[in-house]
Amino acid sequence: METIQTLTKTFEFSEYISILELSYILASVLFILGLKKLSHPDTARSGNLWAAAGMGLAIVFTILFHKTKLEDGTYQGIHNIGWIVGALIIGTVVGWLAARKVKMTAMPQMVSIFNGMGGACAALISMMEFPRMQNELAGHQATTMLNGEALAILLGLMIGGVSFAGSMVAFGKLDERIGDVKSPVLRYINLSFLFILLGFVVFIMFKSPVAGENWMIYTLAGLALVYGVTFVLPIGGADMPVVISLLNSFTGVAAAMGGFLYSNQAMLTGGILVGSSGTILTMLMCKAMNRSLLNVIIGAFGGSSAAGPATGDKTVKEISLSDAAVLLSYSQKVLVVPGYGLAVAQAQHLCHELENLLASKGVELKYGIHPVAGRMPGHMNVLLAEADVAYEKLQEMEDANNEMNNTDVVIVVGANDVVNPAAEDDASSPIYGMPVIKVWEAKNTIIMKRSMAKGYAAIENNLFFMPKSRMLFGDAKATLQKLVSEIKNL
Amino acid sequence: MNDILKFLLEYREAIFIIILSIFLGIEVISHVPSVLHTPLMSGANAIHGVVIIGAIIVMGHAVNILAMILGFIAVVLGTLNVVGGFVVTDRMLEMFRKKKKQL
Repeated sequence: METIQTLTKTFEFSEYISILELSYILASVLFILGLKKLSHPDTARSGNLWAAAGMGLAIVFTILFHKTKLEDGTYQGIHNIGWIVGALIIGTVVGWLAARKVKMTAMPQMVSIFNGMGGACAALISMMEFPRMQNELAGHQATTMLNGEALAILLGLMIGGVSFAGSMVAFGKLDERIGDVKSPVLRYINLSFLFILLGFVVFIMFKSPVAGENWMIYTLAGLALVYGVTFVLPIGGADMPVVISLLNSFTGVAAAMGGFLYSNQAMLTGGILVGSSGTILTMLMCKAMNRSLLNVIIGAFGGSSAAGPATGDKTVKEISLSDAAVLLSYSQKVLVVPGYGLAVAQAQHLCHELENLLASKGVELKYGIHPVAGRMPGHMNVLLAEADVAYEKLQEMEDANNEMNNTDVVIVVGANDVVNPAAEDDASSPIYGMPVIKVWEAKNTIIMKRSMAKGYAAIENNLFFMPKSRMLFGDAKATLQKLVSEIKNL
Repeated sequence: MNDILKFLLEYREAIFIIILSIFLGIEVISHVPSVLHTPLMSGANAIHGVVIIGAIIVMGHAVNILAMILGFIAVVLGTLNVVGGFVVTDRMLEMFRKKKKQL
Protein backbone atom coordinates (compact mmCIF):
# COMPACT_ATOMS: atom_id res chain seq x y z
CA MET A 1 0.00 0.00 0.00
CA GLU A 2 1.44 3.38 -0.90
CA THR A 3 0.16 6.83 -0.22
CA ILE A 4 -0.35 9.14 -3.16
CA GLN A 5 -0.43 12.88 -2.68
CA THR A 6 -2.02 15.07 -5.31
CA LEU A 7 -2.67 18.79 -5.19
CA THR A 8 -6.08 18.35 -3.63
CA LYS A 9 -6.02 15.21 -1.56
CA THR A 10 -4.21 12.24 -0.23
CA PHE A 11 -5.34 8.73 -0.98
CA GLU A 12 -4.15 5.20 -0.58
CA PHE A 13 -3.26 3.22 -3.64
CA SER A 14 -2.97 -0.48 -4.24
CA GLU A 15 -3.86 -2.68 -7.18
CA TYR A 16 -6.43 -4.45 -5.06
CA ILE A 17 -8.34 -1.33 -4.19
CA SER A 18 -8.31 -0.19 -7.82
CA ILE A 19 -9.62 -3.52 -9.05
CA LEU A 20 -12.30 -3.54 -6.36
CA GLU A 21 -13.45 0.00 -7.19
CA LEU A 22 -13.47 -0.87 -10.89
CA SER A 23 -15.70 -3.86 -10.18
CA TYR A 24 -18.06 -1.60 -8.22
CA ILE A 25 -18.29 0.83 -11.12
CA LEU A 26 -19.08 -2.04 -13.45
CA ALA A 27 -21.65 -3.42 -10.99
CA SER A 28 -23.34 -0.01 -10.74
CA VAL A 29 -23.52 0.26 -14.52
CA LEU A 30 -25.03 -3.23 -14.68
CA PHE A 31 -27.62 -2.29 -12.03
CA ILE A 32 -28.64 0.80 -13.98
CA LEU A 33 -28.81 -0.99 -17.34
CA GLY A 34 -30.62 -3.90 -15.72
CA LEU A 35 -33.26 -1.64 -14.22
CA LYS A 36 -33.62 0.20 -17.53
CA LYS A 37 -34.10 -3.06 -19.42
CA LEU A 38 -36.52 -4.31 -16.78
CA SER A 39 -38.89 -1.52 -17.68
CA HIS A 40 -39.48 -2.77 -21.25
CA PRO A 41 -41.37 -6.01 -21.87
CA ASP A 42 -39.02 -7.27 -24.57
CA THR A 43 -35.80 -6.81 -22.63
CA ALA A 44 -37.05 -7.35 -19.09
CA ARG A 45 -35.70 -10.83 -18.61
CA SER A 46 -32.19 -10.03 -19.79
CA GLY A 47 -32.29 -6.90 -17.63
CA ASN A 48 -32.86 -9.04 -14.58
CA LEU A 49 -29.88 -11.21 -15.51
CA TRP A 50 -27.67 -8.17 -16.05
CA ALA A 51 -28.48 -6.86 -12.60
CA ALA A 52 -27.84 -10.31 -11.14
CA ALA A 53 -24.47 -10.43 -12.92
CA GLY A 54 -23.57 -7.05 -11.42
CA MET A 55 -24.48 -8.36 -7.99
CA GLY A 56 -22.39 -11.51 -8.39
CA LEU A 57 -19.43 -9.44 -9.55
CA ALA A 58 -19.65 -7.10 -6.58
CA ILE A 59 -19.93 -9.98 -4.09
CA VAL A 60 -17.00 -12.00 -5.46
CA PHE A 61 -14.68 -9.01 -5.77
CA THR A 62 -15.56 -7.81 -2.27
CA ILE A 63 -14.57 -11.17 -0.80
CA LEU A 64 -11.35 -11.29 -2.81
CA PHE A 65 -10.12 -7.73 -2.69
CA HIS A 66 -11.74 -5.79 0.13
CA LYS A 67 -9.31 -4.23 2.63
CA THR A 68 -10.13 -2.34 5.79
CA LYS A 69 -7.76 0.18 7.33
CA LEU A 70 -7.13 -0.65 10.97
CA GLU A 71 -6.48 1.76 13.84
CA ASP A 72 -2.73 1.25 13.53
CA GLY A 73 -2.74 2.13 9.84
CA THR A 74 -2.26 -1.38 8.51
CA TYR A 75 -4.69 -3.06 6.14
CA GLN A 76 -6.62 -6.19 6.65
CA GLY A 77 -8.37 -8.32 4.04
CA ILE A 78 -11.60 -10.26 4.53
CA HIS A 79 -11.35 -12.91 7.26
CA ASN A 80 -13.73 -15.77 8.09
CA ILE A 81 -14.02 -16.56 4.38
CA GLY A 82 -15.14 -20.11 5.16
CA TRP A 83 -18.04 -18.82 7.23
CA ILE A 84 -18.96 -16.22 4.63
CA VAL A 85 -19.00 -18.76 1.82
CA GLY A 86 -21.01 -21.10 4.04
CA ALA A 87 -23.57 -18.38 4.69
CA LEU A 88 -23.69 -17.54 0.99
CA ILE A 89 -24.36 -21.18 0.13
CA ILE A 90 -27.10 -21.53 2.75
CA GLY A 91 -28.77 -18.32 1.58
CA THR A 92 -28.49 -19.33 -2.08
CA VAL A 93 -29.96 -22.79 -1.59
CA VAL A 94 -32.82 -21.62 0.64
CA GLY A 95 -33.55 -18.54 -1.50
CA TRP A 96 -33.43 -20.52 -4.72
CA LEU A 97 -35.70 -23.27 -3.46
CA ALA A 98 -38.17 -20.85 -1.90
CA ALA A 99 -38.36 -18.76 -5.07
CA ARG A 100 -38.71 -21.82 -7.32
CA LYS A 101 -41.23 -23.71 -5.21
CA VAL A 102 -43.60 -20.88 -4.39
CA LYS A 103 -46.90 -20.83 -6.26
CA MET A 104 -47.46 -17.98 -8.67
CA THR A 105 -50.33 -16.76 -6.51
CA ALA A 106 -48.05 -16.44 -3.49
CA MET A 107 -45.52 -14.33 -5.40
CA PRO A 108 -46.40 -11.05 -3.67
CA GLN A 109 -45.83 -12.63 -0.25
CA MET A 110 -42.48 -13.94 -1.40
CA VAL A 111 -41.32 -10.55 -2.64
CA SER A 112 -42.35 -9.14 0.72
CA ILE A 113 -40.32 -11.73 2.64
CA PHE A 114 -37.21 -11.20 0.53
CA ASN A 115 -37.57 -7.47 1.01
CA GLY A 116 -37.75 -7.99 4.77
CA MET A 117 -34.56 -10.08 4.67
CA GLY A 118 -32.71 -7.20 3.02
CA GLY A 119 -34.00 -4.80 5.66
CA ALA A 120 -32.96 -7.14 8.48
CA CYS A 121 -29.53 -7.50 6.90
CA ALA A 122 -29.08 -3.72 6.84
CA ALA A 123 -30.24 -3.47 10.47
CA LEU A 124 -27.83 -6.19 11.62
CA ILE A 125 -24.90 -4.46 9.92
CA SER A 126 -25.70 -1.30 11.84
CA MET A 127 -26.00 -3.23 15.11
CA MET A 128 -22.52 -4.62 14.62
CA GLU A 129 -20.96 -1.39 13.44
CA PHE A 130 -22.35 0.76 16.25
CA PRO A 131 -20.27 -0.68 19.12
CA ARG A 132 -17.11 -0.45 16.99
CA MET A 133 -17.77 3.16 16.08
CA GLN A 134 -18.67 4.10 19.64
CA ASN A 135 -15.52 2.52 21.04
CA GLU A 136 -13.46 4.34 18.46
CA LEU A 137 -15.09 7.69 19.26
CA ALA A 138 -14.74 7.09 23.00
CA GLY A 139 -11.09 6.32 22.41
CA HIS A 140 -10.68 9.71 20.75
CA GLN A 141 -12.46 11.44 23.66
CA ALA A 142 -15.24 12.70 21.40
CA THR A 143 -18.01 14.52 23.28
CA THR A 144 -20.86 13.62 20.93
CA MET A 145 -21.54 11.12 18.18
CA LEU A 146 -22.46 13.91 15.79
CA ASN A 147 -20.93 12.67 12.55
CA GLY A 148 -21.93 11.20 9.22
CA GLU A 149 -20.88 7.68 10.15
CA ALA A 150 -23.06 7.56 13.26
CA LEU A 151 -25.98 9.04 11.34
CA ALA A 152 -25.64 6.41 8.61
CA ILE A 153 -25.48 3.61 11.20
CA LEU A 154 -28.51 4.82 13.14
CA LEU A 155 -30.62 5.54 10.06
CA GLY A 156 -29.60 2.21 8.54
CA LEU A 157 -30.81 0.43 11.67
CA MET A 158 -34.00 2.44 11.91
CA ILE A 159 -35.05 2.12 8.26
CA GLY A 160 -33.88 -1.47 7.96
CA GLY A 161 -35.77 -2.45 11.12
CA VAL A 162 -38.98 -0.74 10.02
CA SER A 163 -38.68 -2.36 6.60
CA PHE A 164 -38.13 -5.82 8.11
CA ALA A 165 -41.01 -5.68 10.59
CA GLY A 166 -43.31 -3.99 8.07
CA SER A 167 -42.55 -6.56 5.39
CA MET A 168 -43.31 -9.40 7.76
CA VAL A 169 -46.69 -7.87 8.64
CA ALA A 170 -47.37 -7.29 4.93
CA PHE A 171 -46.53 -10.92 4.31
CA GLY A 172 -48.91 -11.98 7.07
CA LYS A 173 -51.70 -9.89 5.61
CA LEU A 174 -51.23 -11.14 2.06
CA ASP A 175 -51.11 -14.69 3.33
CA GLU A 176 -54.26 -13.95 5.31
CA ARG A 177 -52.61 -14.83 8.61
CA ILE A 178 -53.08 -11.31 9.93
CA GLY A 179 -56.38 -9.47 9.64
CA ASP A 180 -56.85 -5.76 9.22
CA VAL A 181 -56.72 -3.75 12.40
CA LYS A 182 -58.80 -0.69 11.86
CA SER A 183 -58.61 1.70 14.74
CA PRO A 184 -58.37 5.45 14.51
CA VAL A 185 -56.32 5.42 17.74
CA LEU A 186 -53.59 3.47 16.00
CA ARG A 187 -53.01 6.44 13.74
CA TYR A 188 -51.95 8.58 16.69
CA ILE A 189 -49.97 5.80 18.32
CA ASN A 190 -48.23 5.46 14.99
CA LEU A 191 -47.40 9.10 14.66
CA SER A 192 -46.10 9.33 18.20
CA PHE A 193 -43.96 6.25 17.66
CA LEU A 194 -42.41 7.88 14.62
CA PHE A 195 -41.51 10.94 16.69
CA ILE A 196 -40.12 8.82 19.53
CA LEU A 197 -38.03 6.92 17.01
CA LEU A 198 -36.61 10.05 15.38
CA GLY A 199 -36.14 11.70 18.76
CA PHE A 200 -34.20 8.71 19.99
CA VAL A 201 -31.86 8.87 16.99
CA VAL A 202 -31.17 12.53 17.78
CA PHE A 203 -30.68 11.66 21.47
CA ILE A 204 -28.06 9.03 20.64
CA MET A 205 -26.21 11.38 18.34
CA PHE A 206 -25.89 14.07 21.00
CA LYS A 207 -24.93 11.59 23.69
CA SER A 208 -21.26 11.34 24.59
CA PRO A 209 -19.88 7.99 23.49
CA VAL A 210 -18.99 5.51 26.23
CA ALA A 211 -17.07 2.42 25.17
CA GLY A 212 -19.09 -0.74 25.56
CA GLU A 213 -22.38 0.99 26.34
CA ASN A 214 -24.77 -0.57 23.85
CA TRP A 215 -28.26 -0.43 25.37
CA MET A 216 -29.27 2.44 23.07
CA ILE A 217 -28.70 0.47 19.93
CA TYR A 218 -30.84 -2.42 21.16
CA THR A 219 -33.57 -0.02 22.25
CA LEU A 220 -33.49 1.67 18.85
CA ALA A 221 -33.73 -1.69 17.12
CA GLY A 222 -36.72 -2.62 19.29
CA LEU A 223 -38.45 0.70 18.63
CA ALA A 224 -37.89 0.35 14.89
CA LEU A 225 -39.42 -3.13 14.89
CA VAL A 226 -42.46 -2.00 16.85
CA TYR A 227 -42.95 0.99 14.57
CA GLY A 228 -42.68 -1.25 11.51
CA VAL A 229 -45.54 -3.35 12.87
CA THR A 230 -47.81 -0.47 13.87
CA PHE A 231 -47.05 1.28 10.56
CA VAL A 232 -48.37 -1.54 8.38
CA LEU A 233 -51.03 -3.01 10.70
CA PRO A 234 -53.80 -0.45 10.05
CA ILE A 235 -53.29 -0.40 6.27
CA GLY A 236 -55.88 -2.46 4.39
CA GLY A 237 -54.83 -5.75 2.85
CA ALA A 238 -55.80 -4.52 -0.60
CA ASP A 239 -53.18 -1.81 -0.32
CA MET A 240 -50.32 -4.19 0.47
CA PRO A 241 -48.80 -3.90 -3.03
CA VAL A 242 -48.30 -0.20 -2.46
CA VAL A 243 -46.90 -0.87 1.01
CA ILE A 244 -44.47 -3.50 -0.25
CA SER A 245 -43.29 -1.15 -2.96
CA LEU A 246 -42.80 1.56 -0.34
CA LEU A 247 -40.94 -0.76 2.04
CA ASN A 248 -38.89 -1.87 -0.94
CA SER A 249 -37.67 1.66 -1.43
CA PHE A 250 -37.05 1.93 2.35
CA THR A 251 -34.74 -1.07 2.19
CA GLY A 252 -32.99 0.57 -0.75
CA VAL A 253 -32.29 3.62 1.39
CA ALA A 254 -31.11 1.40 4.27
CA ALA A 255 -28.69 -0.31 1.90
CA ALA A 256 -27.47 3.09 0.72
CA MET A 257 -26.75 4.00 4.36
CA GLY A 258 -24.38 1.03 4.44
CA GLY A 259 -22.77 2.37 1.28
CA PHE A 260 -22.32 5.74 2.96
CA LEU A 261 -20.78 4.06 5.99
CA TYR A 262 -18.22 2.05 4.03
CA SER A 263 -17.77 4.63 1.24
CA ASN A 264 -18.93 1.79 -0.96
CA GLN A 265 -20.15 3.12 -4.29
CA ALA A 266 -21.90 -0.04 -5.42
CA MET A 267 -24.05 -0.11 -2.29
CA LEU A 268 -24.67 3.61 -2.52
CA THR A 269 -25.80 3.65 -6.17
CA GLY A 270 -27.69 0.36 -5.92
CA GLY A 271 -29.48 1.43 -2.76
CA ILE A 272 -30.41 4.94 -3.85
CA LEU A 273 -31.44 3.72 -7.29
CA VAL A 274 -33.92 1.34 -5.68
CA GLY A 275 -34.94 4.00 -3.17
CA SER A 276 -35.87 6.55 -5.82
CA SER A 277 -37.27 4.18 -8.44
CA GLY A 278 -39.22 2.40 -5.71
CA THR A 279 -40.73 5.68 -4.59
CA ILE A 280 -41.74 6.53 -8.17
CA LEU A 281 -43.18 3.06 -8.63
CA THR A 282 -45.18 3.50 -5.42
CA MET A 283 -46.55 6.79 -6.75
CA LEU A 284 -47.47 5.17 -10.07
CA MET A 285 -49.37 2.44 -8.25
CA CYS A 286 -51.24 5.00 -6.17
CA LYS A 287 -52.06 6.91 -9.34
CA ALA A 288 -53.51 3.77 -10.90
CA MET A 289 -55.92 3.68 -7.96
CA ASN A 290 -56.49 7.42 -8.13
CA ARG A 291 -55.37 7.87 -4.53
CA SER A 292 -52.53 9.65 -2.86
CA LEU A 293 -49.78 7.89 -0.95
CA LEU A 294 -50.80 9.66 2.24
CA ASN A 295 -54.33 8.40 1.74
CA VAL A 296 -53.06 4.84 1.49
CA ILE A 297 -50.86 5.13 4.57
CA ILE A 298 -53.44 6.77 6.78
CA GLY A 299 -55.92 4.25 5.45
CA ALA A 300 -59.09 5.95 4.26
CA PHE A 301 -60.29 2.55 3.04
CA GLY A 302 -62.54 0.51 5.23
CA GLY A 303 -62.93 3.13 7.90
CA SER A 304 -65.96 4.84 9.33
CA SER A 305 -67.53 6.14 6.12
CA ALA A 306 -67.31 2.81 4.36
CA ALA A 307 -70.64 1.42 5.47
CA GLY A 308 -72.45 2.37 2.27
CA PRO A 309 -76.20 2.42 1.76
CA ALA A 310 -78.26 -0.17 3.60
CA THR A 311 -78.95 -3.20 1.49
CA GLY A 312 -81.49 -5.12 3.51
CA ASP A 313 -84.31 -4.70 1.01
CA LYS A 314 -82.32 -5.49 -2.08
CA THR A 315 -82.16 -8.89 -3.62
CA VAL A 316 -79.75 -10.47 -6.01
CA LYS A 317 -80.65 -12.72 -8.90
CA GLU A 318 -78.87 -16.00 -9.33
CA ILE A 319 -78.22 -17.71 -12.61
CA SER A 320 -78.12 -21.47 -13.05
CA LEU A 321 -75.11 -23.14 -14.61
CA SER A 322 -77.08 -24.34 -17.63
CA ASP A 323 -78.52 -20.88 -18.26
CA ALA A 324 -75.03 -19.41 -18.01
CA ALA A 325 -73.70 -22.03 -20.41
CA VAL A 326 -76.43 -21.29 -22.96
CA LEU A 327 -75.96 -17.55 -22.60
CA LEU A 328 -72.21 -17.83 -23.18
CA SER A 329 -72.51 -20.22 -26.11
CA TYR A 330 -74.81 -17.92 -28.03
CA SER A 331 -72.86 -14.73 -27.41
CA GLN A 332 -70.43 -13.09 -29.74
CA LYS A 333 -68.20 -11.16 -27.37
CA VAL A 334 -67.43 -12.24 -23.84
CA LEU A 335 -65.20 -10.41 -21.39
CA VAL A 336 -63.69 -12.00 -18.31
CA VAL A 337 -62.81 -9.59 -15.51
CA PRO A 338 -60.50 -11.40 -13.10
CA GLY A 339 -59.71 -10.40 -9.53
CA TYR A 340 -58.01 -11.82 -6.49
CA GLY A 341 -60.63 -14.59 -6.28
CA LEU A 342 -59.17 -16.00 -9.49
CA ALA A 343 -55.72 -16.08 -7.93
CA VAL A 344 -56.96 -17.70 -4.71
CA ALA A 345 -58.88 -20.38 -6.58
CA GLN A 346 -56.04 -20.94 -9.07
CA ALA A 347 -58.67 -20.72 -11.77
CA GLN A 348 -56.51 -19.19 -14.50
CA HIS A 349 -56.09 -22.48 -16.41
CA LEU A 350 -59.83 -23.01 -16.44
CA CYS A 351 -60.33 -19.50 -17.79
CA HIS A 352 -58.06 -20.43 -20.64
CA GLU A 353 -59.96 -23.67 -21.17
CA LEU A 354 -63.24 -21.74 -21.28
CA GLU A 355 -61.65 -19.34 -23.75
CA ASN A 356 -60.63 -22.18 -26.10
CA LEU A 357 -63.96 -23.90 -25.75
CA LEU A 358 -65.87 -20.73 -26.62
CA ALA A 359 -63.46 -19.97 -29.46
CA SER A 360 -64.40 -23.34 -31.01
CA LYS A 361 -67.99 -22.16 -30.96
CA GLY A 362 -67.08 -18.88 -32.59
CA VAL A 363 -67.36 -16.84 -29.41
CA GLU A 364 -64.65 -14.31 -28.79
CA LEU A 365 -63.42 -14.19 -25.17
CA LYS A 366 -61.11 -11.49 -23.92
CA TYR A 367 -59.85 -10.47 -20.51
CA GLY A 368 -60.33 -7.03 -19.01
CA ILE A 369 -57.45 -6.29 -16.71
CA HIS A 370 -57.81 -3.59 -14.10
CA PRO A 371 -54.38 -2.12 -13.25
CA VAL A 372 -54.74 -2.95 -9.56
CA ALA A 373 -56.75 -6.16 -9.79
CA GLY A 374 -55.35 -8.81 -7.47
CA ARG A 375 -52.79 -8.10 -4.81
CA MET A 376 -50.12 -6.52 -6.97
CA PRO A 377 -50.23 -4.46 -10.16
CA GLY A 378 -49.82 -6.83 -13.05
CA HIS A 379 -50.79 -9.76 -10.81
CA MET A 380 -53.52 -10.87 -13.23
CA ASN A 381 -51.25 -10.55 -16.26
CA VAL A 382 -48.70 -12.82 -14.62
CA LEU A 383 -51.32 -15.41 -13.65
CA LEU A 384 -52.99 -15.51 -17.04
CA ALA A 385 -49.61 -15.62 -18.76
CA GLU A 386 -48.89 -18.71 -16.66
CA ALA A 387 -52.02 -20.32 -18.10
CA ASP A 388 -50.80 -19.64 -21.67
CA VAL A 389 -53.35 -16.92 -22.37
CA ALA A 390 -52.11 -14.95 -25.38
CA TYR A 391 -50.98 -11.37 -24.87
CA GLU A 392 -53.49 -9.83 -27.29
CA LYS A 393 -56.38 -11.38 -25.36
CA LEU A 394 -55.57 -9.14 -22.41
CA GLN A 395 -57.28 -5.79 -22.64
CA GLU A 396 -56.34 -2.79 -20.59
CA MET A 397 -59.14 -1.13 -18.63
CA GLU A 398 -59.66 1.73 -21.11
CA ASP A 399 -59.96 -0.57 -24.13
CA ALA A 400 -62.29 -2.89 -22.26
CA ASN A 401 -64.51 0.05 -21.27
CA ASN A 402 -64.63 1.36 -24.84
CA GLU A 403 -65.92 -1.95 -26.12
CA MET A 404 -68.25 -2.58 -23.20
CA ASN A 405 -71.45 -1.58 -25.05
CA ASN A 406 -70.80 -4.25 -27.67
CA THR A 407 -69.98 -6.94 -25.14
CA ASP A 408 -72.65 -9.57 -24.72
CA VAL A 409 -71.56 -11.13 -21.46
CA VAL A 410 -69.11 -10.07 -18.80
CA ILE A 411 -67.94 -12.75 -16.37
CA VAL A 412 -66.54 -11.26 -13.19
CA VAL A 413 -64.29 -13.87 -11.62
CA GLY A 414 -63.44 -13.03 -8.04
CA ALA A 415 -63.19 -9.29 -8.59
CA ASN A 416 -65.19 -6.82 -6.55
CA ASP A 417 -63.89 -3.34 -5.86
CA VAL A 418 -62.49 -2.86 -9.37
CA VAL A 419 -65.99 -3.30 -10.85
CA ASN A 420 -67.89 -1.26 -8.25
CA PRO A 421 -70.16 1.41 -9.77
CA ALA A 422 -69.87 3.42 -6.55
CA ALA A 423 -66.50 4.63 -7.82
CA GLU A 424 -68.42 6.44 -10.58
CA ASP A 425 -71.64 7.63 -8.98
CA ASP A 426 -71.38 7.64 -5.19
CA ALA A 427 -69.36 10.64 -4.03
CA SER A 428 -69.53 9.45 -0.42
CA SER A 429 -67.88 6.12 -1.25
CA PRO A 430 -64.26 5.74 -0.18
CA ILE A 431 -63.36 4.48 -3.64
CA TYR A 432 -65.13 7.34 -5.41
CA GLY A 433 -62.99 8.53 -8.31
CA MET A 434 -61.03 5.31 -8.72
CA PRO A 435 -61.15 4.21 -12.36
CA VAL A 436 -63.14 0.97 -12.64
CA ILE A 437 -64.15 -1.48 -15.35
CA LYS A 438 -67.73 -0.55 -16.21
CA VAL A 439 -69.08 -4.07 -16.49
CA TRP A 440 -72.64 -2.87 -15.89
CA GLU A 441 -72.66 -1.30 -19.36
CA ALA A 442 -72.43 -4.74 -20.99
CA LYS A 443 -75.59 -6.55 -22.06
CA ASN A 444 -75.29 -9.19 -19.33
CA THR A 445 -73.07 -9.56 -16.30
CA ILE A 446 -72.36 -12.86 -14.56
CA ILE A 447 -70.61 -12.49 -11.22
CA MET A 448 -68.76 -15.45 -9.78
CA LYS A 449 -68.33 -15.06 -6.06
CA ARG A 450 -67.85 -17.31 -3.10
CA SER A 451 -70.45 -15.43 -1.06
CA MET A 452 -71.99 -12.01 -0.69
CA ALA A 453 -68.99 -10.93 1.37
CA LYS A 454 -67.55 -7.53 0.66
CA GLY A 455 -64.31 -6.95 -1.19
CA TYR A 456 -61.08 -5.89 0.43
CA ALA A 457 -62.18 -2.29 0.58
CA ALA A 458 -65.06 -3.58 2.74
CA ILE A 459 -67.72 -1.62 0.90
CA GLU A 460 -71.03 -2.62 -0.58
CA ASN A 461 -71.11 -3.25 -4.32
CA ASN A 462 -74.34 -2.16 -6.01
CA LEU A 463 -73.35 -4.01 -9.15
CA PHE A 464 -74.75 -7.20 -7.64
CA PHE A 465 -78.21 -5.66 -7.38
CA MET A 466 -78.35 -4.20 -10.88
CA PRO A 467 -81.02 -5.54 -13.27
CA LYS A 468 -78.53 -6.99 -15.75
CA SER A 469 -76.46 -8.74 -13.09
CA ARG A 470 -76.71 -12.44 -12.25
CA MET A 471 -74.82 -14.18 -9.49
CA LEU A 472 -73.09 -17.54 -9.76
CA PHE A 473 -72.06 -18.49 -6.25
CA GLY A 474 -69.23 -20.88 -5.44
CA ASP A 475 -65.49 -21.28 -5.62
CA ALA A 476 -64.25 -19.80 -8.91
CA LYS A 477 -62.39 -22.93 -9.92
CA ALA A 478 -65.20 -25.36 -9.17
CA THR A 479 -67.78 -23.12 -10.80
CA LEU A 480 -65.69 -22.61 -13.93
CA GLN A 481 -65.06 -26.35 -14.10
CA LYS A 482 -68.80 -27.05 -13.99
CA LEU A 483 -69.47 -24.28 -16.48
CA VAL A 484 -66.94 -25.72 -18.93
CA SER A 485 -68.43 -29.22 -18.77
CA GLU A 486 -71.92 -27.76 -19.06
CA ILE A 487 -70.95 -25.94 -22.26
CA LYS A 488 -69.31 -29.11 -23.61
CA ASN A 489 -72.57 -31.01 -23.05
CA LEU A 490 -74.71 -28.51 -24.91
CA MET B 1 -23.46 25.56 11.01
CA ASN B 2 -19.77 24.96 10.69
CA ASP B 3 -20.34 21.29 11.39
CA ILE B 4 -22.88 21.03 8.61
CA LEU B 5 -20.55 22.69 6.12
CA LYS B 6 -17.73 20.40 7.18
CA PHE B 7 -20.04 17.44 6.78
CA LEU B 8 -21.02 18.54 3.27
CA LEU B 9 -17.38 18.90 2.26
CA GLU B 10 -16.33 15.60 3.79
CA TYR B 11 -19.04 13.63 2.07
CA ARG B 12 -19.41 15.69 -1.11
CA GLU B 13 -18.78 12.73 -3.40
CA ALA B 14 -21.33 10.54 -1.68
CA ILE B 15 -23.86 13.39 -1.72
CA PHE B 16 -23.21 13.86 -5.44
CA ILE B 17 -23.78 10.18 -6.12
CA ILE B 18 -26.95 10.19 -4.03
CA ILE B 19 -28.47 13.15 -5.86
CA LEU B 20 -27.55 11.86 -9.31
CA SER B 21 -28.81 8.39 -8.46
CA ILE B 22 -32.15 9.79 -7.34
CA PHE B 23 -32.66 11.46 -10.70
CA LEU B 24 -31.42 8.38 -12.50
CA GLY B 25 -33.84 6.14 -10.62
CA ILE B 26 -36.78 8.40 -11.49
CA GLU B 27 -35.71 8.66 -15.13
CA VAL B 28 -35.18 4.94 -15.56
CA ILE B 29 -38.56 4.01 -14.13
CA SER B 30 -40.91 6.55 -15.70
CA HIS B 31 -43.17 5.31 -18.50
CA VAL B 32 -43.30 1.73 -17.31
CA PRO B 33 -46.34 -0.22 -18.55
CA SER B 34 -48.41 -1.39 -15.59
CA VAL B 35 -47.93 -4.99 -16.71
CA LEU B 36 -44.32 -4.71 -15.61
CA HIS B 37 -44.92 -3.09 -12.22
CA THR B 38 -44.67 -6.36 -10.34
CA PRO B 39 -41.53 -7.75 -12.01
CA LEU B 40 -39.90 -4.35 -11.80
CA MET B 41 -40.61 -4.06 -8.10
CA SER B 42 -39.30 -7.55 -7.61
CA GLY B 43 -36.17 -6.78 -9.65
CA ALA B 44 -35.53 -3.62 -7.68
CA ASN B 45 -36.08 -5.67 -4.53
CA ALA B 46 -33.25 -7.96 -5.59
CA ILE B 47 -30.96 -5.03 -6.39
CA HIS B 48 -31.17 -3.59 -2.88
CA GLY B 49 -29.80 -6.95 -1.78
CA VAL B 50 -26.49 -5.22 -2.55
CA VAL B 51 -26.56 -4.57 1.20
CA ILE B 52 -24.98 -8.03 1.40
CA ILE B 53 -21.64 -6.42 0.55
CA GLY B 54 -21.83 -4.58 3.85
CA ALA B 55 -22.64 -7.84 5.61
CA ILE B 56 -19.61 -9.51 4.02
CA ILE B 57 -17.37 -6.64 5.08
CA VAL B 58 -18.65 -6.77 8.68
CA MET B 59 -18.37 -10.53 8.79
CA GLY B 60 -14.89 -10.30 7.30
CA HIS B 61 -13.67 -8.32 10.30
CA ALA B 62 -15.73 -9.91 13.04
CA VAL B 63 -13.58 -10.89 15.99
CA ASN B 64 -15.89 -11.92 18.81
CA ILE B 65 -18.46 -14.67 18.80
CA LEU B 66 -21.50 -12.36 18.95
CA ALA B 67 -20.34 -10.41 15.90
CA MET B 68 -19.64 -13.71 14.12
CA ILE B 69 -23.15 -14.98 14.76
CA LEU B 70 -24.84 -11.71 13.80
CA GLY B 71 -22.60 -11.41 10.74
CA PHE B 72 -23.39 -14.94 9.67
CA ILE B 73 -27.11 -14.29 9.97
CA ALA B 74 -26.72 -11.00 8.07
CA VAL B 75 -24.92 -12.70 5.17
CA VAL B 76 -27.54 -15.46 5.01
CA LEU B 77 -30.40 -12.91 5.01
CA GLY B 78 -28.66 -10.75 2.40
CA THR B 79 -28.13 -13.77 0.16
CA LEU B 80 -31.79 -14.72 0.54
CA ASN B 81 -32.72 -11.23 -0.61
CA VAL B 82 -30.39 -11.36 -3.62
CA VAL B 83 -30.91 -14.91 -4.83
CA GLY B 84 -34.61 -15.14 -3.98
CA GLY B 85 -35.25 -11.73 -5.52
CA PHE B 86 -33.58 -12.45 -8.83
CA VAL B 87 -35.01 -15.96 -9.15
CA VAL B 88 -38.58 -14.82 -8.39
CA THR B 89 -38.24 -12.02 -10.93
CA ASP B 90 -36.89 -14.41 -13.51
CA ARG B 91 -39.81 -16.75 -12.95
CA MET B 92 -42.31 -13.95 -13.47
CA LEU B 93 -40.58 -12.79 -16.63
CA GLU B 94 -40.16 -16.30 -17.96
CA MET B 95 -43.91 -16.47 -18.42
CA PHE B 96 -44.00 -13.22 -20.32
CA ARG B 97 -41.32 -14.41 -22.68
CA LYS B 98 -43.14 -17.62 -23.42
CA LYS B 99 -46.07 -15.55 -24.60
CA LYS B 100 -43.90 -13.52 -26.93
CA LYS B 101 -42.79 -16.62 -28.79
CA GLN B 102 -46.33 -17.71 -29.54
CA LEU B 103 -47.31 -14.42 -31.10
